[in-house]
Amino acid sequence: MAAAEFTTPELKEFPAIPALRPDAMAESKPYVASDKINAAIGFPGELVPDWEAKAIGRLGELLKKYRSLKVYLDSCVHCGACTDKCHYFLGTSDPKNMPVARQDLLRGVYRRHFTLAGKLFPKLVGATELTREVLDDWYKYYNQCSECRRCSVFCPYGIDTAEITMAGREILDSIGYGQKYSNEIIGKVHKIGNNLGLPGPALEDTLQGLEEDVKEDTGVDVKFPMDVQGAEVLLVTPSADFFAEPHIDSLIGYAKVFHAAGVSWTLSSKASEAGNFGMFIGNYDQLRRIALRIREAALELGVKRIVVGECGHAWRVAYSFWNTLTGVGAGATDPFAIELQKQLDHRYKQPAHICEVTWDLIQQGALKFDKEANDHRIVTFHDSCNVARASRMGDAPGGQFEIPRSIIKAVANKYVEMAPGTTHEATFCCGGGGGLLTDELLELRVKGALPRMEALKQVVDRDGVNFMATICAICKAQFTKVLPYYKFNRGMVGGVHQLVSTAIKLGSND
Amino acid sequence: MAIEVNGKSYETDEEGYLVDLNEWNEDVAKILAEQENVNMTDQHWEVINFLREYYNEFQIAPAVRVLTKAIGKKLGAEKGNSQYLYELFPYGPAKQACKIAGLPKPTGCV
Repeated sequence: MAAAEFTTPELKEFPAIPALRPDAMAESKPYVASDKINAAIGFPGELVPDWEAKAIGRLGELLKKYRSLKVYLDSCVHCGACTDKCHYFLGTSDPKNMPVARQDLLRGVYRRHFTLAGKLFPKLVGATELTREVLDDWYKYYNQCSECRRCSVFCPYGIDTAEITMAGREILDSIGYGQKYSNEIIGKVHKIGNNLGLPGPALEDTLQGLEEDVKEDTGVDVKFPMDVQGAEVLLVTPSADFFAEPHIDSLIGYAKVFHAAGVSWTLSSKASEAGNFGMFIGNYDQLRRIALRIREAALELGVKRIVVGECGHAWRVAYSFWNTLTGVGAGATDPFAIELQKQLDHRYKQPAHICEVTWDLIQQGALKFDKEANDHRIVTFHDSCNVARASRMGDAPGGQFEIPRSIIKAVANKYVEMAPGTTHEATFCCGGGGGLLTDELLELRVKGALPRMEALKQVVDRDGVNFMATICAICKAQFTKVLPYYKFNRGMVGGVHQLVSTAIKLGSND
Repeated sequence: MAIEVNGKSYETDEEGYLVDLNEWNEDVAKILAEQENVNMTDQHWEVINFLREYYNEFQIAPAVRVLTKAIGKKLGAEKGNSQYLYELFPYGPAKQACKIAGLPKPTGCV
């Protein structure tokens, strides 16, 4: 489409640190949000005239609000451990995509205005003024970080680089210089209820079609209920699950699990989106407002459990932030949160990941599978960054790694791991996370996928892998798009619950 | 941005999507398709017309599965799959076909 021509990197047999190519990605940036898009979510419409003072002021506010940000900006010693850990650096060779260099775009300005040494001797301590050039670099390079936090795993100080990217984007939004993709989506989630902009009647029509399809395929009346008062489970899932392929096959999988286990469940037309792009842009107010829709829906429907579908960052928000944001999980103290606490059934995890639900049911013997139904697939698992490094599942450390794998092994006979150092907590981002899954960033997305594609190629060549399972809507959409650039079939990516859907035996409850 | 069709100017957004979907007509679609290097055939028009009908009813493009099912019913089961749609619209049926049909771009994790 509009994207410029570029060359897909070659897949090497062994990963190598690329030779630097300064400014290789200096032209890569997302479209700037229009005044209309910004106004709809309460941001300044366009770059404000006094942007320099406003940006520094906002940085000061963030430093006061988030002690973590100050610690991260202060404590880097430039040891270089992070430099070769970022998929965007490995794929693009642009030195500003070394995590330390990307952070230093903000750190330099921080030093100039918020540290004594930087105020007195800026040149000695790498302090920089916020010039228009620096501001544009923020816009370009904070939109070349997917907030995946792989570099943080290798940082001896534990600097959470995603926090710095989020702060950078929040400052940009506060002066009217935010990106279109995320801000347009946030507007839609408030106005229509989901990131896609799928109105209730379309959702209903789609779900009805799915009931017909599953009936045709299996002969069983599997329901896809919406807005059912008094259902036990409220399932909140990314709206891509209603719309895109292969996402929709996992939605069918969730429905079959609930059906086979005899659990009453419902979707909500109000909270028809698990995703929360408020986190991507580092805006607490948006993060909270988007999360509150789910509480409202849960209170209205009177559900006992809240379950989150296959969406990586939604699970981070749910697992790590919903407690204080909404009262799903203990922590929030406002009356509605307390009411929700009373309503939910605390014999179950609140919230629960769909993989936790399915795995619990498998262990109880409540689900039966025909594993041979997946015999045409040789499966590997791509850990999604926000699940791997920002959340957990189950009761044991590492549950977020083991539970999805255990499900796969329970429903399929052939499973292969990708190389150590590319999975689990060291997993490589798909290349499209963190609010970068937009067409104008295609070059960045293709190049950022390089490390994952290299690891995938190894198991394709060695073991004949033909299916890469994942539990994130962004990963699914990103791989569907970029796999063909590396000569893989786009159909080889799919959801864990797509595998469940293929193998699950229905009918025992009919 | 804008495109010229038969001497009239039509506003598009930075990604080339038509701003006012009411302005759409077949000549506009042909120009949009040309920019996408898509050579419009009867098979393409089937998809475009279905998208517009669905949009008129639901204010959103149909889910890929809804689309493949409808095409399958109309043109035979062997064409009711996304592979067929990718052959027609190589950049991806959802986005590229929507653009040619004058509909807004589907957003989110798609």
